[in-house]
Amino acid sequence: MSRAVIRDSLSISIAVGAYGAAFGVASVAAGLTVLQTCALSLLLFSGASQFAVAGVIGAGGSALSAIAASGLLALRNGFYGARMAPLLKVRGIKRILASQITIDESTAIALAHESESEADARKGFWLTGVGIYLFWNLATLIGALGANALGDPAQWGLDATIPAAFLGLLWPRLKSSLSKFVAIGAIALALILTPFLTPGIPIIACVVIPLIAGWRVRS
Amino acid sequence: MWTAVIGASVLAFAFKYIGQSIPESVLANPRIARIADLIPTALLAGLVAVQTFADKTTLVIDQRLAGLAVAAIALYLRANFLVMLIAATATSALLHQI
Repeated sequence: MSRAVIRDSLSISIAVGAYGAAFGVASVAAGLTVLQTCALSLLLFSGASQFAVAGVIGAGGSALSAIAASGLLALRNGFYGARMAPLLKVRGIKRILASQITIDESTAIALAHESESEADARKGFWLTGVGIYLFWNLATLIGALGANALGDPAQWGLDATIPAAFLGLLWPRLKSSLSKFVAIGAIALALILTPFLTPGIPIIACVVIPLIAGWRVRS
Repeated sequence: MWTAVIGASVLAFAFKYIGQSIPESVLANPRIARIADLIPTALLAGLVAVQTFADKTTLVIDQRLAGLAVAAIALYLRANFLVMLIAATATSALLHQI
């Protein structure tokens, strides 16, 4: 099954990494320099959080509110890390590297292959994380440099790429009725809260649903 | 601006590293393990919803929903991940041109 892991990891690396170009464009359009834009991809490396920084800065928000919005979105990477740690079992420098690439996609690929074999799941995590890191940073640079030439990302349909990518990652996790219930509940909650809260917070609020569902339901 | 860039980066790495460093025994509890397993499902579902319907704090229906519908059909037909993404992206791009 290792070939499936490599194929999945590589296709998601290219597909999601390419969206780094859209981030590069959005970030420069929001008023960050090319260097700051590339620094976000290199150091922060969490798409939604990076977009949050650019979005808040672009809307005229303070550095503190940019950090808060970005941090709230990055909180989920901590949950992913807690889920990944028993699988990865890494220490020292490898844990630092693993931490940096603990994102939605690397976690999702690892979890998607976990039932087949733990070795495949680990391979999927590292391949996807490193692959996206490389493509995302390269694409960020290209996007930032070509910001004016590329224009509006929506015009290229890139606005639909990210939700589609998240749907593709969610899909294999919808096997049990409990996970379907959690997903539907999260969608409803995120949409209900969106008009009332700062962008990003409705997503974090979705954590409440697995907390309740996982606590109460017996498996 | 650099304050936001560095501050957000440090915070994100701190969350990632703390998450990786939580003692394994915390996850040994079946209830915690089940919750941790369901968290990505909830966040991914929330992300799908927000990234499809939200324009900042407004809910809108636009070409992204058509792209997502095509993605769902592609996934139902067991299409390759990349094929699914290209189909969704092309749908949105096409509708944007009309």
